[in-house]
Amino acid sequence: MKKGIRFRVNGVDTALEVESHLTLLQVVRERLSLTGAKFGCGIQVCGTCTLLLNGKPVSACSVLAVDADGSDVLTVEGLAKDGQLHPLQEAFMEVGALQCGYCTPGFLLTAKALLDENPHPSEEEIRSYLAGNFCRCGCYQEIVRAIQKVAGE
Amino acid sequence: MEPIDVVEPVRRLDYEAKVTGRASYLADLRVPGMCHGKILRSPYPHARIRKLDASKALSVPGVVAVLTRDDIVQDQGIDPYYGPVFKDQTIVAVEKVRHVGDPVAAVAALTPPAAEAALDRIEVEYEELPAVTHVSEAIRQGARLVHESVRIPEHGFADLAELKPVEGTNICTHFKLVKGDIERGFAESDHIFEDTFTLPTTQHCALEPHACIASVERDRRITVWSTTQNPFVVRTQLANIFKVPVSKVRIIVPYLGGGYGGKVYPKIEPLTVALARKARRPVKIALSREEVFYTITKHAAVIKMKTGVKKDGTLVARQCEVLLDTGAYAEIGPRVAKKSGYTAAGPYKIPNVKIDSLSVYTNKPPAGAFRGFGVSQSAWAHESQMDIIAAALKMDPLEIRLKNSYEEGSEFVTGETLTSIGLKDCVEKVASAIGWKEKGEHRPDGPLRRGKGIACLIKATITPSISSAVVKLNEDGSVTIYAGTVEMGQGSETVMAQIVAREMGIPLKDIEVLGVDTDVVPYDLTTSSSRSTFHVGRAVQFAAQDLMQQLKRVVAQEYAVPEDQIRFSGGKVQLPEAVIDYREIMFKHFGMQGGTLVGQGQVKTKVVDDRGVKTTSSFWFLGAGAAEVEVDIETGKLKLLKYVTAVDVGNAINPLGCRQQLEGAAITGMGQALFEEVVFDNGQLVNPNFVDYVLPSLGDMPVSIEPILIEIPHLEGPFGAKGIGETALIPVAPAIANAIFDAVGVRIKELPIKAEKIYLALEQAKKKL
Repeated sequence: MKKGIRFRVNGVDTALEVESHLTLLQVVRERLSLTGAKFGCGIQVCGTCTLLLNGKPVSACSVLAVDADGSDVLTVEGLAKDGQLHPLQEAFMEVGALQCGYCTPGFLLTAKALLDENPHPSEEEIRSYLAGNFCRCGCYQEIVRAIQKVAGE
Repeated sequence: MEPIDVVEPVRRLDYEAKVTGRASYLADLRVPGMCHGKILRSPYPHARIRKLDASKALSVPGVVAVLTRDDIVQDQGIDPYYGPVFKDQTIVAVEKVRHVGDPVAAVAALTPPAAEAALDRIEVEYEELPAVTHVSEAIRQGARLVHESVRIPEHGFADLAELKPVEGTNICTHFKLVKGDIERGFAESDHIFEDTFTLPTTQHCALEPHACIASVERDRRITVWSTTQNPFVVRTQLANIFKVPVSKVRIIVPYLGGGYGGKVYPKIEPLTVALARKARRPVKIALSREEVFYTITKHAAVIKMKTGVKKDGTLVARQCEVLLDTGAYAEIGPRVAKKSGYTAAGPYKIPNVKIDSLSVYTNKPPAGAFRGFGVSQSAWAHESQMDIIAAALKMDPLEIRLKNSYEEGSEFVTGETLTSIGLKDCVEKVASAIGWKEKGEHRPDGPLRRGKGIACLIKATITPSISSAVVKLNEDGSVTIYAGTVEMGQGSETVMAQIVAREMGIPLKDIEVLGVDTDVVPYDLTTSSSRSTFHVGRAVQFAAQDLMQQLKRVVAQEYAVPEDQIRFSGGKVQLPEAVIDYREIMFKHFGMQGGTLVGQGQVKTKVVDDRGVKTTSSFWFLGAGAAEVEVDIETGKLKLLKYVTAVDVGNAINPLGCRQQLEGAAITGMGQALFEEVVFDNGQLVNPNFVDYVLPSLGDMPVSIEPILIEIPHLEGPFGAKGIGETALIPVAPAIANAIFDAVGVRIKELPIKAEKIYLALEQAKKKL
């Protein structure tokens, strides 16, 4: 069954007809060609598909697109503003908080949500907030450092 | 060779695309006309396929093609048997299924749900057979055979040519190594130690699942986009399967979302190509997380180790039996067993050694390469036993290692001489960083006990091997690098560019590293075995040097200057009376804004070098790790407080990249040590998902992981560099087990070291008191 939805994606008003069983991840990747969010586990565990829905991190693999109707969605492609990278993007590169990069969009968005909620988190708070995102290359120390760098600025 | 003196911090070339979400991975790609493939998999660990009827699947709306055994057996254009070492795999099952998840049929459809729906309409009648699910059971006389016979390819890998399956058994390969006289060695020993250590099946869990797009033209030309770490090996295998020259097979590899060995050798490529051939249009297959667990795993192992020592801790004799569970197909298991065998006795000078290292078939998903393969299994045994010996002799674990460990010029177990061996430096540095001297000073805090442990290793890289590279100088002085190394996170793209930048004196911003496309880049054996910086980096360096030789000849000719008066410096050419840059030379040479100069480089390593000297490995990996843990004696709960890892990197071309690789490998090692385990119940996978198979997250990490780079330049590496990707993973598990013993006096010999194992061992120890 198809249903019409309207939502803002990276600041752009978007109206789509979508099958009601499709996930937000499928719709963002396949209908909007925003492939920054990745499929990892499909069961809301690994964090590679994280998007911000009304500012809160969600696993897009486990959210139905129709449930995003009327929402504000931010993907990694929307982090940079007017050609300027987000400070987290800069910090991730400077500190070396990524290797293969597959988990990076998810980490960046989760970190943004954390700093929006709590601009000066402790190391313990950073570790706890990001414990739901996996980095199999193991850049965890650098990820914490990059977030601390932005929080300290 | 002089060490690199100027290593400015560089920003990796792949970073901006990756932080903005613009980097394309396989699953992000689409090609015109593409449809979607899904695989029907065996629900049984071992069964005969009595009947297979796919006719109803074809009537599902949207279905384009169905691939079954009939297609691959009856088609003269296909050799259905393949495999990197032995031809024991088929594109889809022919007579038997040999593990849960073994591909049985495949469907191509306009949408993934249509393909899924069609899978349900394929009717298969199985005759269940008893399954062999443990190596110890598999090697028993009269055990049920996984393979009744195995096909051997005519031209296999040079380093594995002598290894063959043992007919009528489940022994896939049996590697033997003998040095000295083992029985005399035991007779001369004051003490003998015998222990058995085990490791479970684990999985790489690259966050990017395997995926592939294949397209087959009417002239049989095959194009494949794949998540592979060794496109040239996949190219050879596809050419053999589909009976075309390699020039008809093109493999394109985008950035990989992690590999760790899980993406070497053919995985879903043969099936995707066969399906695309049948469908007569491009097909994409993207695996689910569960399917990844059926596709490849890391070898479980049972290792028996018997060691004879003198009273003073001198190792005299060591006998090792390594049984590696290679699952239903050989895959690269024979090499894993061989590598495990070479270093099973550990990084120690031992006069008498006897090693038997076997890869064994079972009815489980195939096991293959996993970061540090073979050695991460054997090191769990030899490094745990070193501490068992030290405790019995009341020696310091650090002292017994330093007393016996390999050093520059030591004789390896094969009889060859070891060079560029920074092992003792690694061991001493990690000991110092973990505070070894203060070991035992910490006072118990209620039920909490602290301890420290250490472990070290030696590992070989794949030898012989081949790498080639091309470096192109464009008309404006910019440079393009063509090399076959797959960028899977290790930072190879940047390192290759840094090597050319340094060799030619040009800035990184003027250098482009092309992605991997086998139609474009020259041959490279594989992106694995931590070999790329050393081999491909060297080939890239040779190519840049070749280019500069050509430039020198051009300058001599165009400017009428003797070659010996031409100097290169800072990206410019200095003549006695002028300084010119590459752009000016190109313009003068070609007479207009245009033209190209092409340099090439090759590296070919051999098992016997030009001087007749045996070379098991073109260079050696050395490293050490040290852990500090806290154990709660009431619950067995373990907290990893600190971990230090040191690796002999030769010379660090990109120090940040080296530290990332060391830390990352150590973190994977922590997962393997503490909780990772694929659980089987009579051949069924119990936990092929990220809820039940636990990966290390930020919540599990110790407060500090400290990477230490030991720099002892290697004469043959580019600017002295060696490979480093795998080393740091290997000592983690034994270092932690040794720290637990130091803390609470119990010895865990079975991975993973879950809290309940520590608790039960503590309870057992109490009973003995």
